[in-house]
Amino acid sequence: MYELIIAGAGPAGMTAAVYVARKKLKMLLIGKDLGGQPNWTTGIENYLGYQYIEGPELVEKFWNQVKQFPIDLKTGQSVTKVSRLENGFQVAADDGQSYQGLAVIIATGKQPRRLNVPGEERLRGRGVTYCSICDGPVFQGQNVAVIGGGNSALTSAEDMIRIAQHIYLVSITPLTGDTVLIDKVKAAPNITIFTEYQVAEIEGEALVEAVKIAPLGGGEARRLEVGGVFVEIGLVPNSELVEGLVKLNEQKEIIVNCACETGIPGLFAAGDVTDVPEKQIIVAAGEGAKAALQAHRYLQRRAQ
Amino acid sequence: MAEVRIYTTPTCPYCKMAKKFLQDNKVAYQELNVAEDKKALDEMLKRSKQLSVPVIDIDGQIIIGFNMPQIKQRLGLA
Repeated sequence: MYELIIAGAGPAGMTAAVYVARKKLKMLLIGKDLGGQPNWTTGIENYLGYQYIEGPELVEKFWNQVKQFPIDLKTGQSVTKVSRLENGFQVAADDGQSYQGLAVIIATGKQPRRLNVPGEERLRGRGVTYCSICDGPVFQGQNVAVIGGGNSALTSAEDMIRIAQHIYLVSITPLTGDTVLIDKVKAAPNITIFTEYQVAEIEGEALVEAVKIAPLGGGEARRLEVGGVFVEIGLVPNSELVEGLVKLNEQKEIIVNCACETGIPGLFAAGDVTDVPEKQIIVAAGEGAKAALQAHRYLQRRAQ
Repeated sequence: MAEVRIYTTPTCPYCKMAKKFLQDNKVAYQELNVAEDKKALDEMLKRSKQLSVPVIDIDGQIIIGFNMPQIKQRLGLA
């Protein structure tokens, strides 16, 4: 039985791990992606101490610090369910293994939101991608569609200007990203912008061949011939593992108080998976530290 | 010694993680940059029937994505 299990190995989880390890608690850090979302972030200019740093590089620095401590680590595994036991919690992983802990910190972050349109799941990896920074270069010389109107979508479109033949930017609302990015995208010679349009379907046999879009108010649908569809419509919290166990808000984020408590004694949550109002790496790290210290206090009180 | 080929793009963070994992475990590999090498891209598409990177070929067996447990298992690592 562990004293503490941390589900999620992003900035919140890793910071929590360092704090907990320094208290010499018996702990397990379990997560699918070591480093989490910063892995697919490029220039970071607001993580204090680093003027400018690439996401993966920052993750490496986090990891170099965490691995100094003797902690149990399971990466490549996600926690599928947390349930209560008589004296603690059971944490089930997607490889079939289960672990027990006296206390748990949920730091599972977020994942890309899906469009939920026909063809999306079927053609995932075959032209449909949620990681334009990974897969963008593969579509050299082709037409692509970027779905979304915020900074992620605009950055994606901007990145593809020199790579794609033509880019269709499709957003359900007027563009909401930074003006600087909007201006760049509007000035590009090979980008066509559709605002207040939604994606109706993604078409293709073996690979993506086209995307069908329709204006929100009703009207003529259009078929855009593209080889790739980059979905950049935001993120959803990875909170299914505690659904039914803790209170979630409308966006399915875990509701926590400022002590990272979920309402269930011994169960804490930190970072983007919670309803903390700002989703930033430095905020996640801070929340991870708080949750770890609170969890430690909880375990001390229990032992008395 | 397993023969390992990895299809990558330069900006893909999962590709970097996969390469680091192979390096840390002292596994030699051949890297194919599908952003520059059209032939490699076609090969990756043909063999993995899809377009996302990384694609890891271990002795002819294809793994899509940085699936660490699967990679470990195919390489016979703990």
